[in-house]
Amino acid sequence: MSVPAARAASGENTLLSVEHLSIRFGGLVAVDDVSFTAGDRQITAIIGPNGAGKTTVFNCLTGFYKPTMGRLTLRHPQKGEFLLERMEGFQIARKAGVARTFQNIRLFPAMSVLENLIVAQHNMLMRASGYTVLGLFGSKIYKKAEKEAVELARYWLDRIGLTDRADSNAGNLAYGAQRRLEIARAMCTRPAMLCLDEPAAGLNPRESGELTRLLISIRDEEGIGVLLIEHHMDVVMGISDHVVVLDYGRKISDGSPQAVRDDPAVIRAYLGEEEEEDLPPEVARDLGDRGA
Amino acid sequence: MADVNASTVPSLRAPLDLPSALRECGVVALVVFALAFALVGFRIQDVPGGLDIRYRFHEVVAITAVGFVGRFAWILLRQGRPFPVAVTALPFGVALLAMLLGPLYAPAAKLERLLIFGDVVVNWLLALFTLGFGGRAAWMIWHAASTITPEAREARMDRIGAAVQNASRYIGPLLLGLALALPFMPFADRRVLDIATLVLTYVMLGWGLNIVVGLAGLLDLGYVAFYAVGAYSYALLALHFDLGFWTCLPFAGIMAAFAGILLGFPVLRLRGDYLAIVTLGFGEMVRIILLNWYKFTKGPDGLSGIPRPTFFGLPMTANPSEGEQTFHQFFGLEYSSVDRIIFLYFLILALAMVTNLFTLRIRKLPVGRAWEALREDEIACRSLGINPRNTKLTAFAIGAMFGGFGGAFFATRQGFISPESFTFIESAIILAIVVLGGMGSQIGVVFAAILLIGLPEFFRELQQYRMLAFGAAMVTIMVWRPRGLLAHREPTIRLEDARPKSASAKSGGQSP
Repeated sequence: MSVPAARAASGENTLLSVEHLSIRFGGLVAVDDVSFTAGDRQITAIIGPNGAGKTTVFNCLTGFYKPTMGRLTLRHPQKGEFLLERMEGFQIARKAGVARTFQNIRLFPAMSVLENLIVAQHNMLMRASGYTVLGLFGSKIYKKAEKEAVELARYWLDRIGLTDRADSNAGNLAYGAQRRLEIARAMCTRPAMLCLDEPAAGLNPRESGELTRLLISIRDEEGIGVLLIEHHMDVVMGISDHVVVLDYGRKISDGSPQAVRDDPAVIRAYLGEEEEEDLPPEVARDLGDRGA
Repeated sequence: MADVNASTVPSLRAPLDLPSALRECGVVALVVFALAFALVGFRIQDVPGGLDIRYRFHEVVAITAVGFVGRFAWILLRQGRPFPVAVTALPFGVALLAMLLGPLYAPAAKLERLLIFGDVVVNWLLALFTLGFGGRAAWMIWHAASTITPEAREARMDRIGAAVQNASRYIGPLLLGLALALPFMPFADRRVLDIATLVLTYVMLGWGLNIVVGLAGLLDLGYVAFYAVGAYSYALLALHFDLGFWTCLPFAGIMAAFAGILLGFPVLRLRGDYLAIVTLGFGEMVRIILLNWYKFTKGPDGLSGIPRPTFFGLPMTANPSEGEQTFHQFFGLEYSSVDRIIFLYFLILALAMVTNLFTLRIRKLPVGRAWEALREDEIACRSLGINPRNTKLTAFAIGAMFGGFGGAFFATRQGFISPESFTFIESAIILAIVVLGGMGSQIGVVFAAILLIGLPEFFRELQQYRMLAFGAAMVTIMVWRPRGLLAHREPTIRLEDARPKSASAKSGGQSP
C-alpha cells in the first residue's frame, strides 16, 4: 500500500496528491503512511469505519493539523503547485483554493444567509476595498466588487434553492438547508478543490438525493475536484469516481467504487471478519492475551 | 373583575398549595433576614471620640417581613391570583407614597413619622416595589392575560428591539438634533452640560468597545487601559513638547492602537473567559505602570496643567497671555466660562459621532463582516481563508484607537489625570454599557449610557444606593434580557428583489 501510486493513477489530471502522510498525536498514530491522489473534475471519496482517520486527513489537507510526515501537493489549474503541509491554515483556503465544510455544521448562525456567502468572498472584497481604507470613503471599485460578490452569492442561492431565505439568519434554517448553505459558502471562495466532511450526515433520503445532484453538478459544471468523506454508501457509490478506504489510519484499498466494493480487505474492515492474522498486530495481541 | 379573570383563564387557577407557598416564603424571609442582619443590623457611626455601633434591629425585622410578604405576593401573581395582591398592595403603596410626599404638601400632618424605615430612599424603594406589584396585579386583572411565557416575552422584546432598530433611522438623527440643541436649552446649566459631556464620553467609549466586544466578540475587560494610554499620551506630549490638543489627538489614537496590538498578540489564541482574564490583567498592568513609573508619569501625583483644547487655535480663557487672541475676543463676545463647557460638549459629541459613523460604515466593509464572522465561528473563518490573527488585531487596534481618542478628550477636559481615574471599575462600567445596550447595537449603547451614567449622576444625592440600584439593574437585565436591551441585529446587506416568494422569508425568522 505504501507505494506512491500518486502520478501513475491519473496522470496530468491529478489535482491533489498525498504522499506518505503520517500524523501522530503523542504516541497515537492517527494516520500512518497514507498515499493517494484525487483527480481534477472528479469526486474522490474517503471512506472507512469510525476512527479510521478520515477527518484527520481532511484537517491536514485544510491546514488545521500539521502532518508529522508526508507531502501534500495541490496542482491548482491556474495558479500552479502548492505544498499544503508548508502553508499556514488560512492560506490554504486563500491561495491554494481548498475549501471545506465541517462534520458538525459551522455556519455563522447570527448572520444572514447572504452575509455568510459574502464573508466567504472576504479576500477578494478586502482587496477591492483597498484593505478597508478606500472602502471607508465609499470607493466605486469596492461597490462594484460588492455587487459582483452579491451576484455570485445569488447564483449559489439559486442553485441551492435558498434565494427567498437570503435575509434570514443562517441559524434559523432547517438542518438540510444549513448543510447546503455550507457547501454554497465553500463554493463562494471559488475553490479548486472542495472538501466535504460527511455532507449527507443527518439528511433524509430526499435531501440526500438533492445533495447528490448538487455534488455532481459542482463537479461537471464548475469543473473542480471534490473530496468527500461519507458514511452513506449509496451516496458514495453513486457519485464517486474514485474511492479511498482507510482503516486504523492506513489505506487498505483504493480504486473505482466497484473495485473497492469487491475488495476483501474492505469487506473485512466493514464487516469485521475475524481472521486474526489480518487484524492489526496490537489488536491481534490483545485478543490473544484474553485467551479467545 | 375577579370573576372575569377566573372564567377566562381557568387553567391557571390551580388550588393554592398554602403549606409549600408558606415554606417558600419562609425560606426567602430567612435569607433576607440573614443578609439584612449582617448588612443592615449594625451601622458604625462617627461619634465624638471615636466610632460607635448603632443597632437597627427593628429595620431588620421590617425587611424580613417585607421579604416574606413580597414573596407571597409574587407566588400569588405567578399562580394567576392577582386580585388579593392588587387589593392589598395598591392601597399600601398609595399610603406609603402619601407619607413620603406628605411633608412636601402638608408638613403639619407629620405623616412621615408613620414610615417603616428610617431612611427615605428605602421607603421610596418599598413604595415603588409595592406599587409595581400592585400595578402588575391590576394589569393582570384588567387584561385577564395572566403571565406570559418567557419565550413570548423574549419574542416581544425582540420585536421591540427590531422596531427600535428600524426606527433608529429616525431616532438617531432625532437624538443627534436634541444633542446639538441641548446647550441652547434654557435648562442647560453647567451641571446639565457636565453630565451630558460625561454621558457622551461613555457613549463614545461604549461605541469604541462595541467594536471589540459587540462585533468581534472579544470580551475585553481592560478597555480602560487604552483610555489611560490615550490620556497619558496627550498629557505627556502636550506637557513635554508643548503640542496642542488637535496635534496630539491623532497621536493619542495611534499610541492607544499600538497598545491594542500589543495586547492583541499574546491573546490571539485565547477565547472567552481566558481572554477576559488576560485583558483584565492588561488593564491593571497599565494602571500599575502609570502608578510606579514616577519619573515618566509622576505616579500617584498625576499630571496637572494639561492644556485645554483650542477652537481652531483660539484659546478659551479669560486672561490670554501676551499677544494671544482668545475665542471671545475673536468673535466679539463677552467672556463666559460656560463657553468652554459648551465647546467641550460639542467636541465629545463630534468625537462620538465620528466613532459611530466609523462603526456603521466598517460593519458593511469586509473587515467588519469578518469581525462578526470571527465572533460567530473562528474555525469556519479560517476555512474560508480569513486571517484570524490580522482580523483580531485590527479589531483590538481600532477599538483601542477610539479609547485613546476618548482618553485624550478626558485629559483635556479634566486638565488633570492620575492613575486613579483608570481603575477596573471604569472598564466594568463601559462593558456594562455595551452589554446592557445589547451587544452590537449602536443606539442601545446610547440608552444604556444614559441609564448607567446619566441617571446616577442626576441622583447623586442618593449616594450609596446608586451602586445598589446599578447592581440591581444589571441583575435584572441578566435575568430578563440576557442579550441586552436592544439586541437585534440587522443584516449588513440585503438581497434586492429576492424572489416574490418573500412572504415565507418574512415568517422565516420564527422557525426553529
